[in-house]
Amino acid sequence: MLTIANRNFHSRLLLGTGKYPDYSIQKQAVEVSEAEILTFSVRRMNIFEADQPNFLEMIDTDRYTLLPNTAGAKTAEEAVRTAKLAKASGLCDMIKVEVIGDQRTLLPDPIETLKASKILLEEGFIVLPYTSDDVMLAKRLQDLGVHAIMPGASPIGSGQGIINPLNLQFIVEQSTVPVIVDAGIGSPADAAQAMEIGADGVLLNTAVSQAEDPVKMARAMKLSIQGGRLGYEAGRIPKKTYATASSPTEGMSIG
Amino acid sequence: MKLFINGEEMIVPDNVTNVEKLLDYFNLNNKAGIVERNQVIVDRSLHAEESVTNEDRIEIVHFVGGG
Repeated sequence: MLTIANRNFHSRLLLGTGKYPDYSIQKQAVEVSEAEILTFSVRRMNIFEADQPNFLEMIDTDRYTLLPNTAGAKTAEEAVRTAKLAKASGLCDMIKVEVIGDQRTLLPDPIETLKASKILLEEGFIVLPYTSDDVMLAKRLQDLGVHAIMPGASPIGSGQGIINPLNLQFIVEQSTVPVIVDAGIGSPADAAQAMEIGADGVLLNTAVSQAEDPVKMARAMKLSIQGGRLGYEAGRIPKKTYATASSPTEGMSIG
Repeated sequence: MKLFINGEEMIVPDNVTNVEKLLDYFNLNNKAGIVERNQVIVDRSLHAEESVTNEDRIEIVHFVGGG
């Protein structure tokens, strides 16, 4: 069970809604993933093509917790403005704070993220900041009272997986709020690794939406996250340099 | 009346006097749009009461796919 701000979720997979080949595939992928939290972005409406389909209209919004992001914001001020617009929809009170500092790497601006998180907490939002995988930053955000920490595994959409597992481990070990690995996941193995390290959840988008078969990949991610979590709870064996036999060494009929 | 809607200059009839009428004019009233007038969010329940005046800057946004 994943608990964010006293809300319980059965699924530890948070799924993005961008860049799917079409809405039919997207709908199936969301269904199969069993994700309960879906991320969205806030953008200007094309008022002359208002009849264009919108994914939000195709799903039962009562079944999902919507997690809008502040993507596009370069400053705390812009992030706060986007968050308020999102909340005004009346559909959600959670916000993924995303303040991008560098357009080439899309890595977060930690200072602006911290600032925006502080303001949004004061405004009563449930705040989930997307952050660098830095343990001190995670602590600072926690001290503010954020409801989850979402460190990036590697740059957004890069599919490089967890570049610094040690940093992630440090964040997990000291965290008093859920840690959700956000961005950079490429394969089910990456998602399982995040969970085995002890993350509470994984947020991914491109790994599913741009897979050759997004629906199958959605299922793969669901299962690998479940597997990784079980493995974490079960407690893996320590790594040893040399072999230890699995079969008994006594009572052998030969030798 | 001249408005700046989503950053673009547009002329709308003078009988478009409030946000509700503006959304009607563009057939957007059954859409899950969020309206900001001169950088102030207009609560959904107050669309009919919020006036629209010449040279207003209106933003109409909604949720789209994103990660």
